[in-house]
Amino acid sequence: MRNGVFLVVGMLLVWQALFMFAGAHALSPPIETAMFLGHLLGTAPFWGHLLETARAFSVALALSVVFGLGIGLPFGLNKMAAEVAEPLLVSAYAVPKIVLYPIVLLIFGIGLPAKIAFGAIHGVIPVAIFAMAGVRQVSPVLLRTARALRLSRTETLRRIVWPAALPEIFSGLRIGFSLTLIGTLLGEMFGSQKGLGYLLMNAIGLQNVPVIMAVTLLLVLFAATLSIVLLAMDRRLRRAS
Amino acid sequence: MHRAGLYRLLVLAALLATIEGLCRSGIVTPFTMPAPSIVVRDLGRILWTGSMAAAIAKTLHDVAIAVALSVVAGMVLGVAIHRLRGLRDALEPLFATYYAIPVYAFYPLFIVLFGLGSTPQVLIGFMLAMIAMVMNTLAGLDRVPRVLLRTARAYRLGPLETARRITLPCAAPFLVTGVKLAVSYAFIGVVGAEFIMSRDGLGYEINFAYNNFDNAIMYPLILLILLLSTGLNMALHTWERILLIRRGR
Repeated sequence: MRNGVFLVVGMLLVWQALFMFAGAHALSPPIETAMFLGHLLGTAPFWGHLLETARAFSVALALSVVFGLGIGLPFGLNKMAAEVAEPLLVSAYAVPKIVLYPIVLLIFGIGLPAKIAFGAIHGVIPVAIFAMAGVRQVSPVLLRTARALRLSRTETLRRIVWPAALPEIFSGLRIGFSLTLIGTLLGEMFGSQKGLGYLLMNAIGLQNVPVIMAVTLLLVLFAATLSIVLLAMDRRLRRAS
Repeated sequence: MHRAGLYRLLVLAALLATIEGLCRSGIVTPFTMPAPSIVVRDLGRILWTGSMAAAIAKTLHDVAIAVALSVVAGMVLGVAIHRLRGLRDALEPLFATYYAIPVYAFYPLFIVLFGLGSTPQVLIGFMLAMIAMVMNTLAGLDRVPRVLLRTARAYRLGPLETARRITLPCAAPFLVTGVKLAVSYAFIGVVGAEFIMSRDGLGYEINFAYNNFDNAIMYPLILLILLLSTGLNMALHTWERILLIRRGR
């Protein structure tokens, strides 16, 4: 907790120093940015953009989780399937997925579905990789115990595999969460007329520094807060297991 | 392992054949996606005529600078932070949440600060790559057995000798993992930034081709990026495994 406070104070100081160094044409100082963000949050059009992003992000996240687990869990259970799939997934993770965006747009057209698809493309891979690794790492002793106790396959999955793999699966969800957010925002930055990503891109075009800073601040606050909460849950799960 | 590799090739081949079939039969129109064989042919032609040589060179150059900077800075910072317990505790929450922050959101600021040259793109690649290197340096240093460090002290090895004979070999697999991630992240950062807003580079050319509905350039370049990033990733992955096997012996 104390460390967190130090870190936040330190970053605010760096921010203020950067402002003094670079000037108002490049960035706005912390207090002004926060106040401008407060002002934006009081206007109706801004909420329209915010809700649009929230809608796209939540659907994309749901898709990432469903498809990620749908790929990761069954593949993890089969040794050969996992060995075949893992390098493919890891390579896909390393690809700069932004270059796939034109393909997504050509398939889905401009609008909400393209954003959702692009967010899900980012999120699904880490969820699948971690779920697969989690299931593969379940200790053989536990599985032998399950066999000795003559647990049925569903019973084994429910009582042994799922709880044993849960910490790893949750880490995947945590990383999938942040990547889905980045993917959704990137999706909004091109070929979109609504959402925070669009707002950012528009502000870049207009050199509207206060808007750029305020939206960036909001995104960083949102991402960092949720990520800290998820990380705390992640650590608790790992300690418990 | 060999069988898995064979199956993997079969899966990829089947996937390509399916796409090829969908495109050839007209279910997927060439306006959406040209057949993979045509994309490969177009890529061959682009590489042969050298029409994209400048863009390719620019992107690879920027990625190389971002990787070099982030690996050096990441290792130096990693060693320093490893020494300073208090600083490490203070930075821990930053490391934990770093990759949740949409780094591209800072890109507009960098453009305002540094102009539209290569600097903002290299900086985005650097920002993404450097933290991975720091975290892996820390992980590597954490895994150096205490006994070995005490042995080094008993033999009165100097700091340089200790680093060369003990710390580096012990931490090497983690450092290579760090380099591998740094390369991936630098690639993602540079190409992504080029795509968002820039005047040259592969990301820019893809975006330009897209805006002109020029699939004969866009798809081959996308394929080129896929090949480059997976190729680099696989090469470094092999190196990493060799080191791990050697260490296990």
